[in-house]
Amino acid sequence: MATLTMRQAISQALWEEMERDEKVFILGEEVGVWGGTYAVTKGFYDHFGAERVRDTPISEAAIIGAGIGAALTGMRPVAELMTINFAFSAMEHIVNEAPKLHYMFNGQMTVPMVIRTVGGGGRQLGATHSQTPDAIFAHFPGLKVVAPGTPADAKGLLKAAIRSNDPIFFIEHATLYQSRGEVPDGDYIVPIGTSKVQREGKDVTIVTYSKMLESSLKAAEQLAKEGIEVEIVDLRSLRPLDMGPVIESVKKTNRVIVAEEGWKSYGVGAEVSARIYEEAFDYMDAPIKRVAQKEVPLPYNADLEQLALPQVEDIIAAVKEVL
Amino acid sequence: MEKSEYLDLYRQMVEIRILEENAMELYQKGKIGGFLHLYIGQEAVSTGLISARRPEDNVITAYRDHGVAINCGLSANEIMAELLGKATGCSGGRGGSMHMADVTKNFWGGHAVVGAHLPLAVGMALGDQLQKKSGITICMFGDGATNIGYFHEALNLSKVWELPVLWVCENNHYGMGTAVDRASAVPEIRQKAAAYNMPSDSVDGMDVIKVREISERMIAEVRAGSGPQFLEILTYRFEGHSMGDPERYRKKDEVRKWKESDPIGIYHKYLVSEKIAKESELSKVEAACEQIIAEAVQFAESSPEPAPDTLFDNIYADKN
Repeated sequence: MATLTMRQAISQALWEEMERDEKVFILGEEVGVWGGTYAVTKGFYDHFGAERVRDTPISEAAIIGAGIGAALTGMRPVAELMTINFAFSAMEHIVNEAPKLHYMFNGQMTVPMVIRTVGGGGRQLGATHSQTPDAIFAHFPGLKVVAPGTPADAKGLLKAAIRSNDPIFFIEHATLYQSRGEVPDGDYIVPIGTSKVQREGKDVTIVTYSKMLESSLKAAEQLAKEGIEVEIVDLRSLRPLDMGPVIESVKKTNRVIVAEEGWKSYGVGAEVSARIYEEAFDYMDAPIKRVAQKEVPLPYNADLEQLALPQVEDIIAAVKEVL
Repeated sequence: MEKSEYLDLYRQMVEIRILEENAMELYQKGKIGGFLHLYIGQEAVSTGLISARRPEDNVITAYRDHGVAINCGLSANEIMAELLGKATGCSGGRGGSMHMADVTKNFWGGHAVVGAHLPLAVGMALGDQLQKKSGITICMFGDGATNIGYFHEALNLSKVWELPVLWVCENNHYGMGTAVDRASAVPEIRQKAAAYNMPSDSVDGMDVIKVREISERMIAEVRAGSGPQFLEILTYRFEGHSMGDPERYRKKDEVRKWKESDPIGIYHKYLVSEKIAKESELSKVEAACEQIIAEAVQFAESSPEPAPDTLFDNIYADKN
């Protein structure tokens, strides 16, 4: 065990997997000479060389498309999209090619590819660079969508993603890179499609993931001081969605908050809530509350931006409403 | 070329033509669903091109793919069965007309979104290069695909990385119903390759021998390390863009004129006048193709539908 930042944990997973398997290679904008715009691949270019750490032009469709093609021939590309907001320029390849080929050609083709990308607001980048559109990507069967909230999960999930034979959309959060946590050394794998209870409690369940896990843990600390014991279930993967630990928790607490950073409409909270109503309606003692981003394009102004983003206080208020 | 190879090119072209004519009929009877894009008139393009490849060379194409499948060595049986959506089809009835493939023959489909497979070709060439494989990647697409962003991103990246790709534009003069000069700022499409510092050439796509010769040269150069090259093959589809196309965008006279350059007729005449084959030998090939396709229709019609309990098969490759 070592205490690492999320950035270090992701970097370590990538490094170890590249050392382990020569078929793993990285491609993307500024991943090489620059060292990664978020410094995740710093030092990789010098160590692994230009052939395995490939700087690309600003061509998102070509980055993801070429990743798919290389994966078809047996390579294990890790294609980086500088931010999730640029994924829209490669939408065809992310949702209409990678997840379709294995099924559509009856299992003849496999796409063992990881798409690493960074989402999230809160850095005053304006409406086009601050989104958390994770739910969109989770809509498509054939794609797996992963979004870790702790450094340990980031390492374990990224290693699992690189070893998977399926296309994986791996969403990091820009404001979590500096977060710290204990990370197991060496070959640490977290299976994709497994939710996890990150804090135990008996009064209310918060279902969340990624950045909102951090906020939910803070909310739980404060609520504990008032004698309210919150249980937190971290989804970790949005597809496949592991509802097991969620339902179990609901049966225990009978009250649920779903906290996500993206917009509420058609979001992760909408899906999770519907599933809870379908699978555990009889256990509910109060309607589910959703905490999410207000329905505006995120503004640049720092105060306005924070006003639109879901805050720790919003989670606390929601918990008190359902109690 | 050996005589048998000349005759095999003829066999492939005739087999494609008869397969497509039968597909048209089956579509009209309602036995084939979805969209159906026929290759009639363009047979010499993929026949000449793909006959020049080695088995290790990847072929990837767009949705007008039945002919390419024949040229890559797929059987008429599995193609016809795929058209009918049967379990015995080359894609198990999951793909249909636009999504045929046989990876064991390095035929990688069959891709239905215009231009979207071009970036895949870049990656396939990269993957082979990184694994020190000797194959090149042959990527076919229509004239319409040269106006979409994927085309430009893919050509640029293939040149930046000097990858072994032969880009092949099948210019049949219309992107659906829009003539090339109404859609492309550069009507001579091969000129677009110059923007990416890529050697290019063009050829008459109604003449299978010419297509074969130029393809042999360019494939050899790409294999030898020239970096990507661009080949424009000029051709014409004799039928509509897909079944049910009212063809308001072109005059009957124009179609009639092109039909005078039927690639099968041209090649037939060539084989006889060059004394490579006798009329009677070619008739035998034609009869054999009729037989192959008749059997394929029979095979497809009598094949089982995919079982309902296979609906969820192959969504993911991981077993858990």
